Amino acid sequence: MTDENNEVAENATQTRVSELLSSLECTVTCAYDGMASVQCAPELIHAICAKLKTEGGFEGNTLVTAIDHGAGLEQRFEMVYQFLSMEHTQRVRVRAMTTGDDPEVDTITDLWPGTAFSERECFDLLGVRFAGHENLRRILMPEGFEHHPLRKDFPHIGIEPDKLYQKWDEERRSAFAEKEAGK
Amino acid sequence: MVTKYMDYRPGFAQSDHDDPLHGEVMEVNIGPQHPATHGVLRLGVDLDGETMEKVVPDLGFLHRGKEKACEGLGWAKFFPHTDRLDYVQPLINNIGYAIALEKLAKIEVPQRAQEIRVLLMEISRIAAHLIYLGTSSIDLGAITMFFNTFKERENIYSILDAYTGHRMNNTYVRIGGLYADVDENVEGMMREFLEQFSDRVDEFEKMLTGNRIWYDRNRNVGVLTADEARAWSLTGPNLRGTGVEWDIRKDEPYCGYETYDFDIPVGTVGDCYDRYMVRVEEMRQSCRIALQALDRLDQSKGKEFLAEDRRYILPPRSKVMDSMEELIHQFKIVTDLRLPKGEAYGAVEAAKGELGFYAVSDGTSVPARLHIRAPGLMNVQAIPLLAEGRLLSDIVAIIGSLDFVMGEVDR
Amino acid sequence: MGQVSLTDAPFSESFAATNLDWVVNWARKNSLWPMPLGLSCCGIELMAMFGPKFDLARFGAEAARFTPRQCDLLVVAGTLTWKMAQAVRLVYDQMPEPKWVMSMGVCASTGGMYDTYSVVQGIDSILPVDVYVPGCPPRPDAVIDSIIKLQDRIQLERPTRDLLEGIPDYHDMGTGAAERQPNRAVIQKKKPGALIGDDI
Repeated sequence: MTDENNEVAENATQTRVSELLSSLECTVTCAYDGMASVQCAPELIHAICAKLKTEGGFEGNTLVTAIDHGAGLEQRFEMVYQFLSMEHTQRVRVRAMTTGDDPEVDTITDLWPGTAFSERECFDLLGVRFAGHENLRRILMPEGFEHHPLRKDFPHIGIEPDKLYQKWDEERRSAFAEKEAGK
Repeated sequence: MVTKYMDYRPGFAQSDHDDPLHGEVMEVNIGPQHPATHGVLRLGVDLDGETMEKVVPDLGFLHRGKEKACEGLGWAKFFPHTDRLDYVQPLINNIGYAIALEKLAKIEVPQRAQEIRVLLMEISRIAAHLIYLGTSSIDLGAITMFFNTFKERENIYSILDAYTGHRMNNTYVRIGGLYADVDENVEGMMREFLEQFSDRVDEFEKMLTGNRIWYDRNRNVGVLTADEARAWSLTGPNLRGTGVEWDIRKDEPYCGYETYDFDIPVGTVGDCYDRYMVRVEEMRQSCRIALQALDRLDQSKGKEFLAEDRRYILPPRSKVMDSMEELIHQFKIVTDLRLPKGEAYGAVEAAKGELGFYAVSDGTSVPARLHIRAPGLMNVQAIPLLAEGRLLSDIVAIIGSLDFVMGEVDR
Repeated sequence: MGQVSLTDAPFSESFAATNLDWVVNWARKNSLWPMPLGLSCCGIELMAMFGPKFDLARFGAEAARFTPRQCDLLVVAGTLTWKMAQAVRLVYDQMPEPKWVMSMGVCASTGGMYDTYSVVQGIDSILPVDVYVPGCPPRPDAVIDSIIKLQDRIQLERPTRDLLEGIPDYHDMGTGAAERQPNRAVIQKKKPGALIGDDI
């Protein structure tokens, strides 16, 4: 597996994908690791993904995530999607830069139901909302957690990590004490 | 009054709403503390009699904040965290992470290191499938298999203990190669284990494959079609059980896998029994690959096991102890490793599916983002797909055969 | 002059009571039924400990029931997160007395290598712990060694004295996180180098 073979293969993907997406407004380049990479605006994500699935043969979604570039930036969150075509043995990455602190993007769960949990994780850890997702609630952090942990301005030791536990503990002890007092 | 007879074929329980015995839907919690959920998974199940109407998985009971930890620690110090992702196959996780970083740093790993990596990966794959076999059997009542598979796992532990120093969570892989080379003692132990392992797999099959109870509990339970599997992002034995021949080792080879001679087992029906057969056959194929790798190690004796790029790769331990510059170099790399600006996605074929590491670096020593694409998350997503409408006792078979480990699902 | 005669000493210090203590402790320590709360990687080593090579059953821990109502030793093996902490606390509360808690692995003992927003930095924030086993994961030999140490500690307990002079009320859920003293035996500060069985 030499580098030249890789580059040739990736260039083939890049050409095929750019032909496929020639009608939509996006740029198709070769990313640092050689994967074909599509840059677009966040509004076009769903259209591009639909085209990749139906005409491009990219039947599998590998990952859905977002990168937080820093707390004070205007264009803070960058959505990253990666797709896999088993029939062509090719991969493609789609990147879209969103604006604002609480961005909202269209969901792709109608095309790939298997992205439901990944999108929920993005919402939970980074705060990116997905319009049209049926079940957008927290998945990894407990229900009622107030922050988005993977954001750059959240400290890694957390902000009052035991708050929900202490609240639950308080409630059950007071309920038990009331029951004991009432006996 | 019409008497309705219950159809006792597995999975075809009819809960009839005209039946006077039909009651309310009961919400049952298959809680985070449960012997059969393979870790801390909570399932909220709505039960109508014995039929599961709705299954809602609740994750996050083992969310340890690894992606955030990487941003705090730096690239080099994250290796121990990768072990604990899918903790039944630690070396495969290590190697996946190293592959992603080597793509970022554009390093070529020497051939002997690749051979040892393949050997370690296949042994870890055998260990992971042994856990699958042991735990899913004990969940369905076949307790003997648990002891048999754990006995074999103890052999693997002895080998890894002698080679890496620890039984599990070895953290033996470094960027550009491995920590140290294999020696003859370890090679002998590995060869002894691998040569008798195919016979062990035959013994396991004798106990389960033709077993009437095992067959009835797994055949036509949790049927997955190929289109469903692709749409739900399933990879690994779950996908191969449906008939799709996709294995990263064959289709996008890494670590020199294209030079090894092995087959990919593929199922037909896509049920729990097919996934079981796929994993058992994969154990045999792993054994085959590992023996080939071991033979190649004999030929490449004495070659280097660590690449040479001084910017990213640790100097050899013996030099570190002798020379001040090497000591400073080691310190600098461990605490302050800077990878070039860019992004890289490195995927390996883990025992559960495609394990991918998406690393984004901005050129500083603080990683911009590390996303771990865990196959277990997709496997857990498929539980409602397979379990809804079936009897409650099938959920144990389905969970066992989907085979996820909460360490990587929750990260 | 301060001598204590046989009639002055309380009954709980008598020959009968202390030998009864010995018998009760001997019975309890040799039939510790563990409640394996395998949360993550230490859970695999816990399973290996129940397996054929490091058989825990030979120490009396034969019945690893997965329900807390029938167990006396809670083995918390693995990383505890704040989301899981509620479930673990409920499991602990459901165990009947006498009960002991073993914190297996560094993640359970101190939070381990995870100094992050979701990990409990040691289960002693929510439970009283009797024995801590470091290691990541600890070898099964180490866990068996810690069970032997726990057995030695159980031997030092005084159940008859608790019974005669009032069992501390553990069922009122206490006031703080670790409400009761972890060592119900007479707590003695041992000098360095003291062995189990030494009198300080």
